[in-house]
Amino acid sequence: MAQAPLTVRIQAEPFDVAAELAGIAAGRTDVGAVVSFTGLCRAEGGALAALELEHYPGMAEEEMRRVAAEAAERWPLQGLVAIHRHGKIAPGEPIVLVVTASAHRAAAFEAAEFLMDYLKTRAPFWKKEHRVDGSQGDWVEAKDVDDKAAERWAR
Amino acid sequence: MKIVYFAWVRERIGKPEEELTPPENVRTVADLAAWLASLGEEYAYAFENPTIVRAAIDRKHVKPETPIAGAREIAFFPPMTGG
Repeated sequence: MAQAPLTVRIQAEPFDVAAELAGIAAGRTDVGAVVSFTGLCRAEGGALAALELEHYPGMAEEEMRRVAAEAAERWPLQGLVAIHRHGKIAPGEPIVLVVTASAHRAAAFEAAEFLMDYLKTRAPFWKKEHRVDGSQGDWVEAKDVDDKAAERWAR
Repeated sequence: MKIVYFAWVRERIGKPEEELTPPENVRTVADLAAWLASLGEEYAYAFENPTIVRAAIDRKHVKPETPIAGAREIAFFPPMTGG
């Protein structure tokens, strides 16, 4: 099978989910399933003014590419998009997007879930909270449940 | 070698990166973390729980037992919280 086009981007600006969804199947007639996941910044009950996403420039993109390449190797994908933002992100704004395209839905669903589980535990990004009261909050702590979610894909 | 820090590891040490030459008996990532922890209070604070701090050599994840010989850039950071 031809290598699926993999798009990996790290950017400060918001992304256009509709444009990415349209783009992945544009001009082709063999795509049967497109699955997307968008991760948004939560207000945490109104206490959070923004999340600040720090990343390891260079490694973040390389690691996202490694995860994307592994997804393309494990599932018969026809396209894959993974976008992760950095910098200050306000509640309601998007942080991360993954889109997968395949002939059938099972591969597209599974690959999208795999991508998110691996990006959360392997891509070098860290979230810091900025509170509404002006104080600098804590660094968000990694969750065991995310490690467990990633472990189930281990081969 | 160049050593870089991220998130609260960077904040605790108080700098994003530095050029350091560890002694010869520092062979692995775990050795390097232990040696860094001995450099001062701020380093001891950053590495107070060495099993939590993760590392990468030349932008690839590595384990504590990975040798550091030949590394150009070693990074230390907390567990990742992106996504």
